[in-house]
Amino acid sequence: MMVKQKVMGLSGDEAVAWAVKQCDVDMVAAYPITPQTIIVERFSEFVANGEVETEFVACESEHSALSACVGAAAVGARTFTATAANGLALMWEIVYIASSLRLPIVMAIVNRALSGPICIHCDHGDSMGCRDASWIQLYCEDAQEVYDTVIQAFRIGEHPKVQLPVMVMLDGFVLSHTLQNVKILPDEVVKEFVGVRKPVEVEIPYLGGKVPLVLDPEKPLTFGPLDLYNYYYEHKMQQHEAMENAREVIETINEEYSKISGRKYGNGLIETYGLEDAEIATIVLGSTAGTVRSVVKQLRKNGIKAGVLRLRTFRPFPAKEIVEALKNVKVIGVLDRSGPFGGYGAPVFLETRAIFYDEDPRPVIVNYVYGLGGRDMHPGLVKQVYDDLQKILETGKIERHIKFIGVRE
Amino acid sequence: MSELKGWREVPIAGVCWKLSTEFKTGDWRTFKPIIDQNKCIKCLMCWVYCPDEAIKWDGEKVSVNYDFCKGCGICANECPVKAIEMVLE
Repeated sequence: MMVKQKVMGLSGDEAVAWAVKQCDVDMVAAYPITPQTIIVERFSEFVANGEVETEFVACESEHSALSACVGAAAVGARTFTATAANGLALMWEIVYIASSLRLPIVMAIVNRALSGPICIHCDHGDSMGCRDASWIQLYCEDAQEVYDTVIQAFRIGEHPKVQLPVMVMLDGFVLSHTLQNVKILPDEVVKEFVGVRKPVEVEIPYLGGKVPLVLDPEKPLTFGPLDLYNYYYEHKMQQHEAMENAREVIETINEEYSKISGRKYGNGLIETYGLEDAEIATIVLGSTAGTVRSVVKQLRKNGIKAGVLRLRTFRPFPAKEIVEALKNVKVIGVLDRSGPFGGYGAPVFLETRAIFYDEDPRPVIVNYVYGLGGRDMHPGLVKQVYDDLQKILETGKIERHIKFIGVRE
Repeated sequence: MSELKGWREVPIAGVCWKLSTEFKTGDWRTFKPIIDQNKCIKCLMCWVYCPDEAIKWDGEKVSVNYDFCKGCGICANECPVKAIEMVLE
């Protein structure tokens, strides 16, 4: 049943802090880094005011912050942290450890360009760097979605068939520092929706059968021991399976959440606009989707059959859903807010081309890299992309497969 | 290889499903400590220094648990009466 919600003027960062406040989180460990700082600043205020019972640990580095979350999550606590760019880079070692220990930590990533040169503004190079780290990755379009997604993230990660950490992405400054009207659910509704974290059980013969997968002196388990060629591979298969399971879980929770909030984001994996009859379309992540949609709206008014697919879930990659949604599109432009350095293209482009390989007819797929270091992707540039796609559609000629949009010659 | 389990059978997260004592870790030793019981004065300095708790003391005699001894030689080095000799495996 849909409930009454209050509207608050919140920045994306504040929306994260509010969601975490309502999710009955046991432990938050963090280290400040622009543009993520407001998240932990606000949250530490909630702690200081006694508004939450969360244990708040101000760490000496991001590596320590995520390590502290690993320890707390292994005990069975619901844990949260947040970071950006170089903070995430410093966490790197523990990013992989958190997922391989199957700890459903939720981490907000405020997307920021990686140094160097030092830049505090948005691009997706930081989170794209750990796209193969076995973390679920959800990219948000606005502050409302940020709030909603953080709440959903705990349910997704803690699902018995998933048990993986979740990254919730919001574009640095564009979302993190921009105020927006955000609808906030009542505390008790969120509390009921997320419930209490219930650890999964594992079969341990020396403890006489099934025990919760948590550190407990009464039922001792060894977390993180040496795992060589005879079992490491098997453990990685389990992570792969968990990721495969996550698609359905993300869809179900998106649906369930819509029943209480009245809001859903496509099917949880992708969100489409104008694709029913589109001949040309783009794939885009994050806040740029809003700009793209407004340009598409204008183009469609002018008779251009344009559409857009916003990729909300990048990990696990919704291959089947993307192919189905774009099956009638003839020319696809993939917008990537991270560099291709030495690759054939940037990450979203590469995966998109791969999933269309077996399709007949196979669409033309080209890559547009944009917005590195916070370079503005204004409607004019988006229009330029669609003009290019339309030209390819009409002439059949592809100048280059990778184009860099908005960079000065 | 037949005794190895498949990926659906083992607990997730890489937690051990056997006690650590079931993993015999002494198989990569190059030198093996041999205690000369005639020289041993039962001071238990070897027991104190052994980093792997591989020295056993049953109240009468000091011995080495070769299932876990890695052959590091610290016991031989610390023995005040040179009762322990490191012998090539």
